[in-house]
Amino acid sequence: MSHHRVEMRDLEFAYPDGTKVLQGVTALVTHGESVAVVGANGAGKSTLLLLLSGCLLPTAGEIRIGDVPLSAGTVATIRRSVGMVFQHADDQLFMPTVLEDAAFGPLNQGLPAAEVRAAALRSLEAVDGAHLKDRPPYRLSYGEKRIAAIGAVLACSPDVLLMDEPSADLDPVHRRKLIGLLGTFAHTKIIATHDLDLALDVCGRTVVLHDGRVAADGPTATLLADRGLLAANGLDLPLRLQGCPVCGGSGSAD
Amino acid sequence: MGMKDTGGRTPAHVFDTLALADSPVHRLDPRVKIVATLAFIVAVMSFNRYELVALTPFLLFPAVLFSLSALPARPLLTAVCAAAPFALMVGMFNPVFDHRVIGHIAGIEVSAGWVSFASILMRFLLTVGAALLLVATTGMYRTAMALERLAVPRVFVLQILFVWRYLFVLGDEAAALNRGRVLRSFGRPAGVRLFGRLAGGLLLRTLDRAMRIHRAMLARGFDGTVRFLGDLRLRPADVVFCGGWCLAFAVMRLVNLPRLLGQLLTGAFS
Repeated sequence: MSHHRVEMRDLEFAYPDGTKVLQGVTALVTHGESVAVVGANGAGKSTLLLLLSGCLLPTAGEIRIGDVPLSAGTVATIRRSVGMVFQHADDQLFMPTVLEDAAFGPLNQGLPAAEVRAAALRSLEAVDGAHLKDRPPYRLSYGEKRIAAIGAVLACSPDVLLMDEPSADLDPVHRRKLIGLLGTFAHTKIIATHDLDLALDVCGRTVVLHDGRVAADGPTATLLADRGLLAANGLDLPLRLQGCPVCGGSGSAD
Repeated sequence: MGMKDTGGRTPAHVFDTLALADSPVHRLDPRVKIVATLAFIVAVMSFNRYELVALTPFLLFPAVLFSLSALPARPLLTAVCAAAPFALMVGMFNPVFDHRVIGHIAGIEVSAGWVSFASILMRFLLTVGAALLLVATTGMYRTAMALERLAVPRVFVLQILFVWRYLFVLGDEAAALNRGRVLRSFGRPAGVRLFGRLAGGLLLRTLDRAMRIHRAMLARGFDGTVRFLGDLRLRPADVVFCGGWCLAFAVMRLVNLPRLLGQLLTGAFS
């Protein structure tokens, strides 16, 4: 049995005021896959991740993580195998120092004190953030906060990593570092992003959401080079596939 | 309403930052600091309402902590001043209603009301000062951790941590909202109506933000029990600190040291 498999079947979700956000999403993400979820604002990307992490429960349809169906009763079990990096790092870092924040998850998993500290330090090292360990999160730059937030989630040793806009707010250098970092993770990854170049670099597969439905699902290199498909779904070609604004040369998409 | 833009830095931010410094007081086990501070507060509050002179030796405790901790005075004084109106309100009518003359200073009659008013202010200064020093040298997280180890109910500890965390959220959101207002009001002050709307907006924003934080906590396995990293270890210095101060408070409470000193001096001269 693998915990690394994520299955969504006819997933629907509506907020209490009746706004339908997801209307029948079906997808299967298998062990070690790295999947980008792209789509215009309001397409349902963030909601999909909130459902997969058990923060919200679907109004219809089913989610299975590994062999466990997600429900109010199983959500605690599922959270042990699913790690979620939220869009705003500020919402995630709430302990007085980065190390204590990284220790929050392992402590809740009931690890012994010595192992908690080791796990927290190890994961901070994995994201190249060990030097931040004694700093209070509110004193960090956005890039450092993002690093700390990812480290804190890795400390829970999840099988599946969910990330909501991981490259938002980052300067080009931190963004590049993050892309390199994500490439080193062996986890099953589901990344909701507007950063299509990041999707090209990190994710072999892309799911395009449009108005709460799956508009396309396939290899990233193919989907993100399809100008017509992207335009129809409120997206544009990744920057590197667009024409050069200086020399006028065409991008590699044409 | 011309609120100053502090970049969302609240007193909570300031105190948590102060607690990151290193000093002999910072290094003490938070449990002994809590116990000593509590003993101090109990001793100070147990005097009768007209006592003023016998309270003065108690200034030693905050004074020693302050000088050993090497904290900047400004944030502490700001916090004391922020809380001062409450003490003033409690004591302000004493001089009005209590006219009994209980002594003379340089030929001027001193009424019991003024003495009790001064006593209230003194006690306020001592207790609030000591509590602020505790938090400024320990941090709320470690204070809460020590409270939990001292068998304070977990619900209570959780409340403290959440309220503290909410101050951070409130500061962030209020700063963002106020900035949005200031940048588009071109120097015009916010009227009562606008202020009301801002306050309502602030509440909704903070609730929203609090929900997101709660979600992030749940996603990392939070189940209503707060668990702390690291253990507290009592060193000989901690025991000496706690024992020494508790003994000192007992002596200061039972013996009126300033009067004794006065008697000794007058005795020596006569």
